[in-house]
This record gives sequence, C-alpha cells and structure tokens, in this order.
Amino acid sequence: MTGFPAKIGSRAVLERRNLQKLFDVLSTQGYRIIGPTVRDGVIAYGELSSVDDLPAGWTDEQEGAFYRLKKGEGNALFHYGTGPDSLKRFLYPPLVRLWKARREDSGFRIVEENDEPPKYAFIGVHPCDLHAVAIQDKVLMTGEYADPFYALRRRKVFVVAVNCVKAGGTCFCVSMKTGPKATAGFDLALTEILEEERHYLVAEIGSEAGASVLREIPHKEASASEQAAAEEAVAEAARRMGRVLDITGIRDLLYENLEHPFWDEAAHRCLTCGNCTMVCPTCFCTTVEDVTDLSGEVAARLRRWDSCFTGEFTYIHGGSVRASARSRYRQWLVHKLAAWLDQFGTLGCVGCGRCITWCPVGIDITAVARALREKKAAGLPAPAGTPEKQGDRHEHACR
Amino acid sequence: MSTHAGEKEIQTSTRLPALMVPHRFYVQKVKRETRDTYTLELQPQNTPGELRFAPGQFNMLYVFGVGEVPISISGDPARPDLLLHTVRAVGAVTKAICRLKPGGVLGVRGPFGAHWPVEEAAGADVIIVAGGIGLAPLRPVVYHILSGRERYGRVALLYGARNPDEIMYRRELSHWTERPEIDTHITVDKAEAGWEGNVGVVTTLIPKAEFDPQATVAIVCGPEIMMRFTVIELKKRGVSEEKIYISMERNMQCGTGSCGHCQIGPYFVCKDGPVFRFDLIQPFFGKREI
Repeated sequence: MTGFPAKIGSRAVLERRNLQKLFDVLSTQGYRIIGPTVRDGVIAYGELSSVDDLPAGWTDEQEGAFYRLKKGEGNALFHYGTGPDSLKRFLYPPLVRLWKARREDSGFRIVEENDEPPKYAFIGVHPCDLHAVAIQDKVLMTGEYADPFYALRRRKVFVVAVNCVKAGGTCFCVSMKTGPKATAGFDLALTEILEEERHYLVAEIGSEAGASVLREIPHKEASASEQAAAEEAVAEAARRMGRVLDITGIRDLLYENLEHPFWDEAAHRCLTCGNCTMVCPTCFCTTVEDVTDLSGEVAARLRRWDSCFTGEFTYIHGGSVRASARSRYRQWLVHKLAAWLDQFGTLGCVGCGRCITWCPVGIDITAVARALREKKAAGLPAPAGTPEKQGDRHEHACR
Repeated sequence: MSTHAGEKEIQTSTRLPALMVPHRFYVQKVKRETRDTYTLELQPQNTPGELRFAPGQFNMLYVFGVGEVPISISGDPARPDLLLHTVRAVGAVTKAICRLKPGGVLGVRGPFGAHWPVEEAAGADVIIVAGGIGLAPLRPVVYHILSGRERYGRVALLYGARNPDEIMYRRELSHWTERPEIDTHITVDKAEAGWEGNVGVVTTLIPKAEFDPQATVAIVCGPEIMMRFTVIELKKRGVSEEKIYISMERNMQCGTGSCGHCQIGPYFVCKDGPVFRFDLIQPFFGKREI
C-alpha cells in the first residue's frame, strides 16, 4: 500500500479487479451487503454475496411507463438509473410487526420482542437516494416521535454511494439539487471509469468508517487526471439530464391553486394504483392492521406501507374524504412539493424519476408542475379563498 | 445469489416508546348516554396511575384482536386518575368498545394532540358551541372553566343535538342550565312531542348568548358543516378568526404524525390538531376533498 493518507475528503483509486475486497471487508465486519442486482427484469436492490452479483454490463432504458433492461457498453457495474425500489425497503420495511399481545384472564399482555435488525451495508447508492435517506431521517427520526424501527436500522448503515455517470431517462436530480454527484451522507462515494485498457473507480472518502474500510482495500491516491476523468463523467451525466422541474415558488404555486380546474386535467389519466407512492423513496405513509391468530389467543399489530391513492386512506365514518382520483392526485403532489416543506423543511421529491417510470400511464410530475405554472402564467383565474402566505422560510430549504 | 427482503419477511418488533403500545385499562363503569352512545370510566390495570391530559386531547382505544380508534377524552382534566371516554357505536371497534362491561379491559395509547385554548381564554368571554357528539371533547373545557370560574368573563355553552333522544350528559346539562356560572342553551334539529325547548340548528342559539365579540374566545366542535356555519355566524357577530378554535376529524391511526392519513394541507390532524385556530386551518378548511 502507498503512503496515501486515507482521510475524509481525500480521493483514492481502486482498480475494478480489487473491488471484491470491499465486499470481503464489509462481510468480515458483519454487514449484510445490499446493492443493485438483476432481478425480475430490472436492476433492483438485493442482498449481494460478491462483486459478481452486481449487474456487470447491464444498463436500462427508462421513459414514462417504460423500463427495459439492456446490454450496455463493456462491463460497467454502475451505468444505469434507479430501479423500482430504494433503501426505503430496507430501512423502513414494507411490513413490520409493531407488537404482539397474548390474551389473559383479565385482558391481554404485550409480549416483549427485542430482535436486533440487520446491519446493512449499501453499495451502489445513487445520490438522489442518499438525499431520500436524508429526507426520511427528517421525517422519521426528528421531532417529538422518532420511529424506533427506522432509527435502529438507520444508525448502523455503511453507505457506498455511486456518482451517476449515466442520466436516467426520467430523472431530474439537477433540478432538485440532489445529484448527479453525491455530496454528503456516504462513507465512500465511487465514480466508475471505463477506459479501453482499464476499469477503475475513483473513491471519495466521506467518513472515518469509510477511510478505515478503504485502508483494507488495495488503493492509491487518485491522480489529477483520474480525478478529472471522474468529474467529467459526472458533469456529462448532468448535461444529459432530460427533465427539469422548476421549484421556484412551487409551494405557493400549489397552495394558491388548490381548486384550480387544472387538477381535473392533471389527474384524468390517473388510475389511483398507488405505484408512484410505492416506488417513491420518501413516501412514508403506513396503515396498521390489527390481526389475531386462529385461536384468537394471540393478537398483533402490523404496520404496512400505505398509499394516499387508496379510497380507504381517508375513510372516516360516512365515507372517504378524498373520494375522487383528482383529489388524491392533488394530495400527493401538493404533499410532495408544498406541504412537505412546512412539515419537514425540505421538499419530498429528490428527482429520481421513479414515479414517472413506474406510472402505468406515464404521468410525469415535471410535466404536471410545468403545466400548472403555464396555466397560471396564462392568467387563468385562481379561485377565491387562496391561502395567505405563511412566510418564505422554507422556500430554498431543499438542498 | 441475491435475495429480496419482500412482503413475506415480516420484520419483528423492537423496543417501542410507550406511546406506540396500548396500556391496559379496566372498565370501571359504563353509562349509557343515548341509544348508541356510552361513556366509559377507565382506570389503569396495574399500578394506580394517572393519565394527565389537556381538554381537547384524544386517546387511541384498542380492543384486543378487534382494532383501535381515536376517541377524545371527555372527563375532568383535574381528575387524571379517572379516564372518561364517550363513544358512539358506529363501526366494528366502537361497537366492541360499547359492548364492554365493568371489569373488561381496553388498551389505551395517548394522550395525543393539541388542546383547547383554556389558558389563553382566561380573562375573556368564552363561547362554547357543540354539535352532537362534539360535546364530548368540550366537556373537559366546561369542567376546567367551572373549576376556576372567576378567571373567565361570561361563559356560554350552546349545544345542538339532532333530536331530544340524542342529547347526552343530560344530568349535567340540566345542572348547568339551572346555574348562573354558565349560560347554557340547548336546541334540537327536529323536535318530538313533549319537547319544549329550542328547535333549529345550533347556530340559531348564537344570538341568545351574551358576549363581547372583541374579547371572546370561541370553542367549536361538531360535524364540519356545523363548524363552518358556526364560524360564519361568529364572524358576523364580530369574533375574529384568530379567536375561533375548531376541532377536526380525520382518519387517524398512529397519533404521532407518522402514518400520514390525517393530513390536511401542511397539518397532521393527530399531532398539529385536532384543535386548530381557525385562521391557520382556514386556507384548507371547507375545500372539497382536501
């Protein structure tokens, strides 16, 4: 090993052939390694046992309501956009048992359960997904009521980010200032470079834990030209990004137009299937189910991901508050791009584009936001009773 | 090979904060208020404990194996040792709650939510307007005011029920009606033979109450449509929106602002409400399907 001081902020170079060592070190340290892998015709996060589980040579093509896996250039490991799932599946699992209780003569008793959740190392995390984790940290770990399930899983993670060198077909991280380069929230951040004779990764060290893992792997200090190649690859991805979401004043734009006829048009294709909420890396809504076993002696409360697109979501005696597709679509968008700012000081969107790709009818959040802005600019009247400004303190809070 | 942490893999529970787990309470007494509405008197099952709450807060009530519902607390905030809930049997869980007998056990999580401005109202006139079972979360306000009556100006309680049979807390209401501390008026939407009181919606009682609109705090709870028209009438009398408080009802499952179901605009009703100062909820109040 060289005399290169592996410390926070410094950049090293790993040769592709040495990447397996990263897996070995993380396994030895007791991590369950989660990363991108080919499964069910998509590149999705799954448990990886070695570097061979990565989607070498695969890439994807994404558009509204369109995803295709295809062969890419050479044997690149990380040249694709985001798959349908995110770290949310692991840190905030789709189904948890909140508690279990046993019937007793005088009622019931809660059964103590103290299982330790796994210690996860995530490899190949896109910058947008790192931002999604940062948003979920705000949603689930700050304020009066932290979520213990999330907090326990979150605390132990090791993150190897991957800077995007290929813009996905539906993403818009440049607009949301969440990519294509990872700026925080990682232990190591890799930029993959494929040259004719050489395949290497420039690794930026983001934490002390990252530095100590790197010290176990053969590496050397990144040269100026290697660093420049990495910077250029990421800049190229930024230039190729196809979609734009203008977030200037988006909160007030939405709040001021809650009853605009535009919503009928925006939502007329919406099937209320909830796909967008399931693939969204920040959507956090859940429902609880109280269940019993067949004997009726043991009861449990399950918590399951839920979607604001279902009819039951707002059910109170007498019916659902949001009965129409229009109102549910409006709720989702207004929550993401307006209410989220008031609630958590950040937008609820990271520009990953998943909701566009996985919407079965290809509704595009960037197009909808743009259309509303244009309608407004065209001078269509905003209905009476618009909310008063509550201050612009959150206006630029999304970083 | 890779595996996939899917739906089949139920992640089990972990150390939970007290507010996520139901605590066992005994049913001490059940009092039938109307045909389908009951008041339960509850005490902690284990240690003699107390559940401190502020008027307007609610608990999540759980029946073993059936489910959980949000119900406002209707007892006296000065008696945290005695938990009272008034429940109308309308769904599976509320029916199961109303079927409980003394000695039965109920799970309780809470208290949750924002409370009525009983402290801020000190020194001012107070007008309390209740529609139907909306009287339940207002009874703690009445108890609180009566326990320190000299701290408030004129106090009026206006209560509207659908018909005479739906009137709850009858003994207390007639007691309050007879006494000078609180100017109590009751009306029914639809009268029956033998009813000699007011007939009409609750807003028709507002002119009967004496208060100084410039120095009044209004506390309103009932169906949304009732609150909407009550606010209109109060504003006509000159009460400003910042002095009017309402209590919202939405689907609530967690009580902690995490499940997302109860959102209205930027607010989580369970955490930021259910009690809202009207001027703050106004941009979203009464908008269709918001």
